[in-house]
Amino acid sequence: MQTLAPAQREAVLRVVAAHRTRPGALIEILHGVQAELGFIPPAAVAVLAEQLNLSRAEVHGVVTFYHYFRHEAPGRHTLRVCQAESCQAMGADVLAEHVKKRLGVDFHETTPDGAYTLEPVYCLGNCACSPALMRDEEPCGRVTPARFDELLAEWQRKS
Amino acid sequence: MATEVMSIDVYIPRDSSALSLGAEAVAQAIASEARARKIDLNIIRNGSRGMYWLEPLVEVVTAYGRVAYGPVTVRDVPGLFDAGFHTGGTHKLGHGVTDDLQFLKSQQRVTFERVGITDPVSVADYVAHGGYQGLRQAFSMSQADIVQAVTDSGLRGRGGAAFPTGIKWKTVLDQQTPQKYVTCNADEGDSGTFADRMLMEGDPLTLVEGMTIAGLAVGATQGYIYLRCEYPHAQKILNEAIAAAYQARYLGADVMGSGRRFDLEVRLGAGAYICGEETSMLESLEGKRGEIRVRPPLPAIKGLFGLPTIVNNVITLASVPIILAKGATFYRDFGTGKSRGTLPIQLAGNIKRGGLVERAFGLTLKELLYDYGGGSASGRAIRTVQVGGPLGAYIPASQFDVQVDYEALSAIGALLGHGGIVVFDDTVDMARMARYAMEFCAIESCGKCTPCRIGSTRGVEVMDRILKGVDTDRNLQLLEELCETMLQGSLCGLGGMTPFPVTSALKHFPEDFRARARH
Repeated sequence: MQTLAPAQREAVLRVVAAHRTRPGALIEILHGVQAELGFIPPAAVAVLAEQLNLSRAEVHGVVTFYHYFRHEAPGRHTLRVCQAESCQAMGADVLAEHVKKRLGVDFHETTPDGAYTLEPVYCLGNCACSPALMRDEEPCGRVTPARFDELLAEWQRKS
Repeated sequence: MATEVMSIDVYIPRDSSALSLGAEAVAQAIASEARARKIDLNIIRNGSRGMYWLEPLVEVVTAYGRVAYGPVTVRDVPGLFDAGFHTGGTHKLGHGVTDDLQFLKSQQRVTFERVGITDPVSVADYVAHGGYQGLRQAFSMSQADIVQAVTDSGLRGRGGAAFPTGIKWKTVLDQQTPQKYVTCNADEGDSGTFADRMLMEGDPLTLVEGMTIAGLAVGATQGYIYLRCEYPHAQKILNEAIAAAYQARYLGADVMGSGRRFDLEVRLGAGAYICGEETSMLESLEGKRGEIRVRPPLPAIKGLFGLPTIVNNVITLASVPIILAKGATFYRDFGTGKSRGTLPIQLAGNIKRGGLVERAFGLTLKELLYDYGGGSASGRAIRTVQVGGPLGAYIPASQFDVQVDYEALSAIGALLGHGGIVVFDDTVDMARMARYAMEFCAIESCGKCTPCRIGSTRGVEVMDRILKGVDTDRNLQLLEELCETMLQGSLCGLGGMTPFPVTSALKHFPEDFRARARH
């Protein structure tokens, strides 16, 4: 059984302490853990279960139910490319293929340099500006392949 | 005595879609250019007016109204100053007075009356534009009368199910328990919909007020907004607005000095489409897997933590303040037949002028697509639209005369859902869209019902064979049987309605399914 690194354990306990009195807060706690650590380490499940008086199966069940929670460390940035109908009507397939080629990874993968994790997303609510993607919390609309290249260059300049 | 120089109010949206087109950089560029030119500008970050082809839309307050410029890029900023845009000067991006633009002028903005107009996180601005009059009115009424007003308005759930809101509230009011809840379903996951997001980012206090009225009406002191995590900017703005409402004592232990309590917080979802289904949302709010519950019991009787709970969509709750402020009749007088009030319609996908159109029920699809939307973005013929999200039917161009209301759409085998319209031009491959409907269901199924969990995966496989032209007749028959099983054998709308886009695509566009070259 894996154990959590001390710093990770501390972070998990800190998040639990901040939410302990809120009813039904497991998902809020998982958001907190992911915000602190970037993902939900499998070994955190046992700690959360013990702290919240739940079974490991219950916590594991919640972590794995939701697409947003990750089980391994992501890249420095997450790119979510919308694949839903509105974006499809404006070339989401072409955009996704282009992004995959440019980054050299498929969906759910991280670039070898650790810069980007690529994820599909099903609607960003930016449907009047399709096709859309989001880099971390930065929304981008009307992203043609050429526009994506410009954005990527801009992001690389900034980092 | 020196003349006081008034600063000029400039509005630049902080709406997610405007941000996605560079509104943040434009706001910074305008601020720094103004400093360099020693012009005193007061920049207000508003919501979007819902004309997304013009975003980022910069508005300047002048003696003759707010004047619009857009779409503005950072490169345009020096030129705008040169043209004196800050005093309404003429520029190639100028559109004149915003309210006179045909797209807006012909609308009936009721629920969205303040969206894009006010500073979304300013209680003072909200009150100055008619905010909190509904709650003030509610305090002078009995609980039963508040519920009756909502019933009389004819308001139906805008999330998609269209259940009469007042009847739901009455059920919760009639329960005798010490605690009840008001929950807002802000898990707007349907592709082609963004009205909830626009409202939460543009006028969140309307939602706060609507939920407070709901709490007062049924005797609930705690509200939760269940917000999808794909909306981080809505989350920020909602939290700022809620904090401002607490500060001004419109939330908390003593709402408006009434001695009544109402607390409100935002809870985040975690990327599960199914949590837009009300019982799944309640499970998620309790910190559990978002697996749907069997009904009955209804959430109005046993909802969150087993207690009576109102579950309403953002637009439903945000429509309540004006119903209380102006009376049930005011709202009911909009609309047609059993579809009363106004409907915020979202034009999305391959559309030239995408955005939000709020009008009384009764417009036809054709009017929306061509008069408002201006046809497709690509300039090609519009072949089909999907109304009501990923579980909505595809409607062919031959039916574009249909009126956009609950009953008329239902009569042609379609549904209104949350009022999103996704437009496709004539390059769309409808067999691929049918495959996608199945794939989406497979990705998002909560797993509780076998026809949904397994049927959707089998559906993808069947569609793959059809796409390859393998045994087309046999596989089409299999597809129809599978759809029938999912329709009959699923507890909720995900499995039960995924067949709608599939069978409507097949019915209206059989040529896309049959004419596949054999590989």
